[in-house]
Amino acid sequence: MSKTLFDKVWDAHVVRKIEGGPDVLFIDRHLVHEVTSPVAFLGLKSRGLRVLYPERTFATADHNTPTINQHLPVADPLSANQLNALEENSKEYGISYWGLGHQKNGIVHVIGPEYGITQPGATIVCGDSHTSTHGAFGAIAFGIGTSEVEMVLSSQCIMQPKAKKMRINVNGKLGKGVTPKDVALFIISKLSTSGATGYFVEYAGDVFENMSMEGRMTVCNMSIEMGARGGMIAPDETTINYVKGREFSPKGEAWDKALAWYKTLKTDPDAVFDKEFTFDAAGIEPMITYGTNPGMGMGISNDIPDAAHVEGGAATYGKSLNYMGFSEGEHMIGKKVDFVFVGSCTNGRIEDFRAFTSLVKGKHKADNVTVWLVPGSHIVESQIKEEGLLDILTEAGFSLRQPGCSACLAMNDDKIPAGKYAVSTSNRNFEGRQGPGARTMLASPLVAAAAAITGVVTDPRTLIEDLVEA
Amino acid sequence: MELKIIGEIKISNMAYDKFNIVTSTAVPLPIENIDTDQIIPARFLKATERIGFGDNLFRDWRYNPDNTPKKDFVLNNPVYSGKILVGGKNFGSGSSREHAAWAVYDYGFRAVVSSFFADIFRNNCLNVGVLPVQVSPDFSDKIFTAVIADPATEIQINLAEQTITLLSTGEKESFEISSYKKDNMINGFDDLDYLQSIKTEIQEFASSLPI
Repeated sequence: MSKTLFDKVWDAHVVRKIEGGPDVLFIDRHLVHEVTSPVAFLGLKSRGLRVLYPERTFATADHNTPTINQHLPVADPLSANQLNALEENSKEYGISYWGLGHQKNGIVHVIGPEYGITQPGATIVCGDSHTSTHGAFGAIAFGIGTSEVEMVLSSQCIMQPKAKKMRINVNGKLGKGVTPKDVALFIISKLSTSGATGYFVEYAGDVFENMSMEGRMTVCNMSIEMGARGGMIAPDETTINYVKGREFSPKGEAWDKALAWYKTLKTDPDAVFDKEFTFDAAGIEPMITYGTNPGMGMGISNDIPDAAHVEGGAATYGKSLNYMGFSEGEHMIGKKVDFVFVGSCTNGRIEDFRAFTSLVKGKHKADNVTVWLVPGSHIVESQIKEEGLLDILTEAGFSLRQPGCSACLAMNDDKIPAGKYAVSTSNRNFEGRQGPGARTMLASPLVAAAAAITGVVTDPRTLIEDLVEA
Repeated sequence: MELKIIGEIKISNMAYDKFNIVTSTAVPLPIENIDTDQIIPARFLKATERIGFGDNLFRDWRYNPDNTPKKDFVLNNPVYSGKILVGGKNFGSGSSREHAAWAVYDYGFRAVVSSFFADIFRNNCLNVGVLPVQVSPDFSDKIFTAVIADPATEIQINLAEQTITLLSTGEKESFEISSYKKDNMINGFDDLDYLQSIKTEIQEFASSLPI
């Protein structure tokens, strides 16, 4: 029977099917961070269980960590306690732990691919909804709750029903200044924040085929923002070239065996999806969000839609615009910006900083804007320095912080103050997401750069001279 | 200790209170796309134990920055109470934080009713003993209308029969749940012991994987 990419990977990992219930799914790689794991480890202790395959689990600290002065003790006692708990638990259960100060420390979804933990055809979970990032490699990757973290630690399995299947095709050529983040925000704006709930998405078409691995990660990362369990892209030469030779990638004979498996990982021509959408790349502009969920996005040159033209209730829509301090019919271009955040598991990789730098080069940061540039990992941080980007950024009035999740969810001190406006390359514009009362506009690194130098929402295409492909 | 038998598998754990029939008044929250950052903001996720999350349920909708209650929020309105939370469409979107389901449970809710749930939140609820009851948009509207008109309106959720009834009018709808999860909730069991009981099978499977 014809199978989709998703079917092939899922079916290869089903340990057992329960009648009238979920599948028992084997998990190849388990990523752990400090926020969603402590209660799972407590559960292990209270039940007297051990970690079944410690070598399949990798722990890092990212959500709570400061992004300045990482050499100093963490000041917030609750954060420090949580970081300490992960370190202790990792030690006790024999799990690799790349904590604060460790050379391999960074955002869990940035370092997984960097070190080859992420592999095509694998099942990857983490107590974090943006685990969908790893689907860029043709892996089944999704976020789980803490009860499931405990299940994976103790049995390397979870119990979930198989999702329905959706394919999203984007064909054609992306316009100038249109990045993978814009593709993601465009799709979500079309499908809504719940349009893919219950589905696992495969992204297909030449836009994704021509995209770098980092761009694919940005797109798959945002899958959860339309409700999808995850998103995936069939592995190809781009994927294999990225994966080969990384620290935790298979080597020698194991690599040959793995490669043979990777090459089977594509949807059969006559496989059937439960739902399919097709979009034309030419219709995608640089995007920006104007509301309080990621589905409330639009081309940056458009006006904020009327309630009558959006799905859902007018009351909810009005509440959202009221929170943002925006009105129906207004332009987004020209709106004042107080903060710019570049980073997160969505856009905290080297290509994002290259894009940002390409636009601010030779210009200067606007005085009214506070800009936080937060690399996703130490590797990204080193690349920024080695490629000379830091010199250009410094010249333009910017500075670089240290790796972590930072203002994406504001668990550390990187909080946008109440009422202030942030153009953010992160993934969520929910009320209070970047700090109580903070107002978030999601966008690409190029839109962030345009805001950083003009101090207002600006179409980056008006500033582009020689853009690095983002 | 209770024992449950699925085929040859014995399961023994009480992770949460059993769920059978809940008859209660309800708290209405007719807002769509309520995300888990609203249910429990990230700054309250720093605990290392599962204690006290109910205090911060809907924290920023419920309290002003100076920690005084916001009078217009439904949880601060004494006329509404009960074990059932009724939310708008697409309840629980966003982050995978199970803390959101813990907060709902810890506050005292045993069921959340909505016309649509986000996947991870629904799954987390089922794992911690909160029953997600998905109803039709029409029935959801009826519940909101009835509860807002008369906060004493009672709703009955019968898990064994998979029905939800608006007791004031007798209107009833059935809801979906897998028979496996239903059994778990009625008996107060969870997936963990099931997985423990098939560990040998899991280990054999692991050794046969392609990579």
